[in-house]
Amino acid sequence: MNLVINISTEKYRIMDVEILARLQFAFTVAFHYIYPPLSIGLGLLMVIMEGLYLKTRDKDYEKMARFWTKIFALTFGIGVATGIVMEFEFGTNWATYSRYVGDIFGSALAAEGIFAFALESGFLGILLFGWNRVSPRVHFISTIGVWLGSMFSAIWIVIANSWQQTPAGYHIVGQGVEARAEITDFWAMIFNPSSMDRLLHVWIGAFLAGTFLVLSVHAYYLLKNKHVALSKKAFKIALAVATVASLAQLLTGHHSADGVAENQPAKLAALEGHFDTLAPADLYLFGWVDKADQKVYGVKMPGGLSFLIHQDFDEPVIGLNHFPESDRPTALNAIFQFYHLMVAIGVVLIALTLYASFLWWRGKLFDKRWLLWVFVLAVLLPQIGNQVGWYAAEMGRQPWVVYGLLRTSDALSKVVTANQVLFSLILFAFIYTILFVLFLYLLNKKIKAGPEVGEMIEHRPRQAGMGRSSEITPP
Amino acid sequence: MTTFLGIDYPTWWFLVVGGLFSGYAILDGFDLGAGAWHLFLKKENSRRIALNAIGPVWDGNEVWLVIGGGALFAGFPVLYATLFSAMYIPFMLFLAFLIFRAISIEFRSKEKMLWWRKLWDISYSVSSIMLAVLLGVVLGNVLQGMPLGPDLEFTGHWLQFINFYAILTGITTLALFMMHGAIYLTMKTEGRLFAKLTILVRRATIFFVLMFTITTVYTLIYLPHLSDRFKETPALFIIPLLTFLSIANIPRLVSKKKYRYAFIFSSITVSLSLVLVAIELYPQLLISTADATNSLTIYNTAASDKSLGIMLTMATIGTPLVISYTTFVFWTFRGKVELDEMSY
Repeated sequence: MNLVINISTEKYRIMDVEILARLQFAFTVAFHYIYPPLSIGLGLLMVIMEGLYLKTRDKDYEKMARFWTKIFALTFGIGVATGIVMEFEFGTNWATYSRYVGDIFGSALAAEGIFAFALESGFLGILLFGWNRVSPRVHFISTIGVWLGSMFSAIWIVIANSWQQTPAGYHIVGQGVEARAEITDFWAMIFNPSSMDRLLHVWIGAFLAGTFLVLSVHAYYLLKNKHVALSKKAFKIALAVATVASLAQLLTGHHSADGVAENQPAKLAALEGHFDTLAPADLYLFGWVDKADQKVYGVKMPGGLSFLIHQDFDEPVIGLNHFPESDRPTALNAIFQFYHLMVAIGVVLIALTLYASFLWWRGKLFDKRWLLWVFVLAVLLPQIGNQVGWYAAEMGRQPWVVYGLLRTSDALSKVVTANQVLFSLILFAFIYTILFVLFLYLLNKKIKAGPEVGEMIEHRPRQAGMGRSSEITPP
Repeated sequence: MTTFLGIDYPTWWFLVVGGLFSGYAILDGFDLGAGAWHLFLKKENSRRIALNAIGPVWDGNEVWLVIGGGALFAGFPVLYATLFSAMYIPFMLFLAFLIFRAISIEFRSKEKMLWWRKLWDISYSVSSIMLAVLLGVVLGNVLQGMPLGPDLEFTGHWLQFINFYAILTGITTLALFMMHGAIYLTMKTEGRLFAKLTILVRRATIFFVLMFTITTVYTLIYLPHLSDRFKETPALFIIPLLTFLSIANIPRLVSKKKYRYAFIFSSITVSLSLVLVAIELYPQLLISTADATNSLTIYNTAASDKSLGIMLTMATIGTPLVISYTTFVFWTFRGKVELDEMSY
């Protein structure tokens, strides 16, 4: 009797820590993921804008490059601050996981630090504060350096995460609690089955996040009749990139889903709410998963999933019932909804950018005010798409933290108590609220100020020997 | 065990991690030091110049922590897991202050209201001070060791991290960064602010020398295991000697108004202090005070040789790149602070 009570309270304690730790990680990583995609996407546009300025010497391009650099500074800064939190949390909250994957993660993380972060942060100072200190060409190179750094940082972290989805190039050393994964083949780990599909999907998602912010702000200026000539140019640059990106996202998304079907059948079944193993699988436009009755109510294309995976409407697809209950994700309806919302957003973005591009081709892009309003609001769509896409990807991987190898419930820190996690969760909720308010406040302030204000000092190379006795600057 | 130039891979990676943490301590050290002095500067313009002295570089400097943390995780995952989960509360507070510092720098100069600037000035300075102290507290606890069980997990209570020695190392770290930061600011300022800072440098140096001496004496008396290596290899006494010479050199250079050289020597002091720590610990990383067989060393916590080999190759390729563009950035922003439209 006594023993039973002990076991149940012990279990209760672990459950508590697990739920709180997962909540904290989900919250901090979801918040973090607002910013790096913006940096990657804005970085690409800044490179294009500054490149156009160097080529045409049109001042508008320089002004927009400077303007977006200021907003980039904001997203980059918050990205770094919230990124350190993620890194620390591996050790603080997920100690067992850190021991287990350390040998694999190590090389990816080291590469990220050395090749990506150092590049990004090294050139960031020049990008932000070097306009008047270095030549335009050196500044342009710095912009490219920062953008490449942000692209590289996505490579390594996505590879590490993909390894958790589809482990490769490793072997398991040790038994039971001592077990851990060790690297055997570096390139097999890098090019694990899902890493390249997912990397492209993440990059393009980031381009969409960045371009739609640019589209939104410049559409707003056009509606308010401000900075009109400049905004038209900027809008067209962003629209061109966004159109290509939203179409390309369809391809990478499809390819990614094929990979999930092959490597993580339980996850694919969860994404589409497919239970019965022996039946052809349907493709839902939208629906509602009834877990108890193992049914999905909604609008479907019969056999659609079978066709997408096998190019045959009648070929069966492995369903959730194929797997023991303990190896299936539990939050089936949430996974289904998040996944379908992501797909729906992808389709809307394609329709929107294609329609706008068509109007551009007919020379009527800026004639429809309602369309500009749609673009003002559409900034939220790629953000929501990126978020829910990750929710589906990570929740679909459950109950595993490393697919098929390590369960999430076994990955926790053994010495951390529920109270400690609760404390930090409240702390982060408080700080991130301030951080988010700060972000909106500064973003709003910069948008209100616009690209025209601030004295535009000519580029001048800094002369050697200046400094010591030079002019005293008034406040 | 695989070796390179006769030194095994875990030792090489120990050096890499040490190098990265020295880099972080030198670079973010002056940011934190400048932040700690912030409230001592009374005029609005002085505060803005001090803030903009670190303006173009603090964000990049902070990235060294990301890289150092990543390198520790990568090379010694078992240590990373044990240390970070044991010191959960200190690390969470550290993260909170790190974000608060960033928020304060960004917010401060965006509104003109007096209360607004005062609020963020206090938040900025307190965050900087607490970050320096917390780094020292972590260091002090690592030097003392902590009780570890047979599964290499922490068996104590987190309140034990607040102890006399940890507070001593915390304040010493703060003093070191305040000296370092004040010297950095002298390179970046002119006029009356510059004159004021030269006085602060002198005070900070005295403060640091005092704290450094107390910590050293306390360590020798109460933590004798840390000086074992020096007794084994007396030649290593050259390091503490060099550290003292380097510290002694700072007031001399300051009185000669050679601030750039003084900054170089305070940077050397920062890294020599970490070299001292490294010698005291090696090859241990975290000593178990409960049962010495459970201590964490670079060998029982390291990643596999295969993994370390890959990472060392990357570090060999990457380090010259990182050093070259970091140097380029600091060269670009050398000289006195000028406030412009991009300034904080």
